[in-house]
Amino acid sequence: MMNYIWSFMLIFSFISAVFSGKMNLLSDAVINSGQDAINLIINLSGMMCLWGGIMKIAEKSGLTMKISKLLSPLFSLLYKNVKKDSKTAEAMSMNVTANLLGLGNAATPLGLEAMKRMQAENNDKTRATDDMIIFVVMNSAAMRLIPTTVATLRTQFGSENPMEIMPATWLSTLLSLCAGIITAKFFMKFKNKKTHSFTFLKRGEAK
Amino acid sequence: MNFAGAAVLPLIIVLITGFAVFKNVKVFDSFLEGAKEGLITVKNILPSVVGLVVAVGMLKASGGLDTIVKILTPLSKITGIPEEIMPLTVLNPISGGGALSMYELILKDYGPDSFQGRVASVMMGATETTFYAITVYYGSVGIKKTRHTVLAALAADFTSFIASAWAVRLFFGS
Repeated sequence: MMNYIWSFMLIFSFISAVFSGKMNLLSDAVINSGQDAINLIINLSGMMCLWGGIMKIAEKSGLTMKISKLLSPLFSLLYKNVKKDSKTAEAMSMNVTANLLGLGNAATPLGLEAMKRMQAENNDKTRATDDMIIFVVMNSAAMRLIPTTVATLRTQFGSENPMEIMPATWLSTLLSLCAGIITAKFFMKFKNKKTHSFTFLKRGEAK
Repeated sequence: MNFAGAAVLPLIIVLITGFAVFKNVKVFDSFLEGAKEGLITVKNILPSVVGLVVAVGMLKASGGLDTIVKILTPLSKITGIPEEIMPLTVLNPISGGGALSMYELILKDYGPDSFQGRVASVMMGATETTFYAITVYYGSVGIKKTRHTVLAALAADFTSFIASAWAVRLFFGS
């Protein structure tokens, strides 16, 4: 799937540049975005080290186990193969906690740790498991309680009540999480039944 | 940011470390061990991040993104999302930085307490950069067959966009 999307982005960009006469800008973008990506990675690597380290401390003190016990009813509802008290459940629960608190910078490193642990138990190392899909979908939707960035910007632009949008945000997040999870679960059912009408999707994956 | 907001991050680090000291954990040694693993993950996601950032940069520079926004603008009527916000819905899944600057522009043009400003705020609070998340999460462990992840994640995004406009109408009127 990402193969198609990625190549579409590149080819469509070129065609657009031909029609809009922005070939120079496109050429600049090709040269500069490699640099942009590295800047992004450098920013991220500080965070990865910091939160990787903090996570290890929390783990050795037994704190992550306590949090994952609290969240285990939720996990058993969502995931098929994430066992209670497992290392995966611990990393997942730290990721969920960081997400809820609106700590996006911490959530990603912790989430990647959970991915690593799920991958360790994955039989086909190139293929996403059902649990991975649910986990990535949850992380690609937001599950934060406090939208820090939004509130800060609203204050900056002179909002009378920057936090007033919070209930609406929770409602929107909740609906979007449900939609994502239901879609993912729906396709899992379909795939397991091997319905022929979805063979075009399978072909897409094989590449 | 106020004091409580600013205190969250430092407090979490202090609480985690404090609890570990109390439990006799060698905190700095553990920190180094985890930090080293974090760096290995960075190395793993680097190629996919470069790929995505270049593709998004090209899409923006070539005007291709504007074309996509134009094509999708008629959807505004059906979905109830204000037309002025449509560019945000296109940027949101692919570029975090792009979405943020577009959001600031909307706040500047319409004000944070306008209908447009509120819908944009809810949208920004309720979504993440989908393609970035998918790229980084799968890239970090070398997964190539993402199966229906993109479909499910986009379903979540799409729902969130419509729900944002609807929720703002519900809580504030339009």
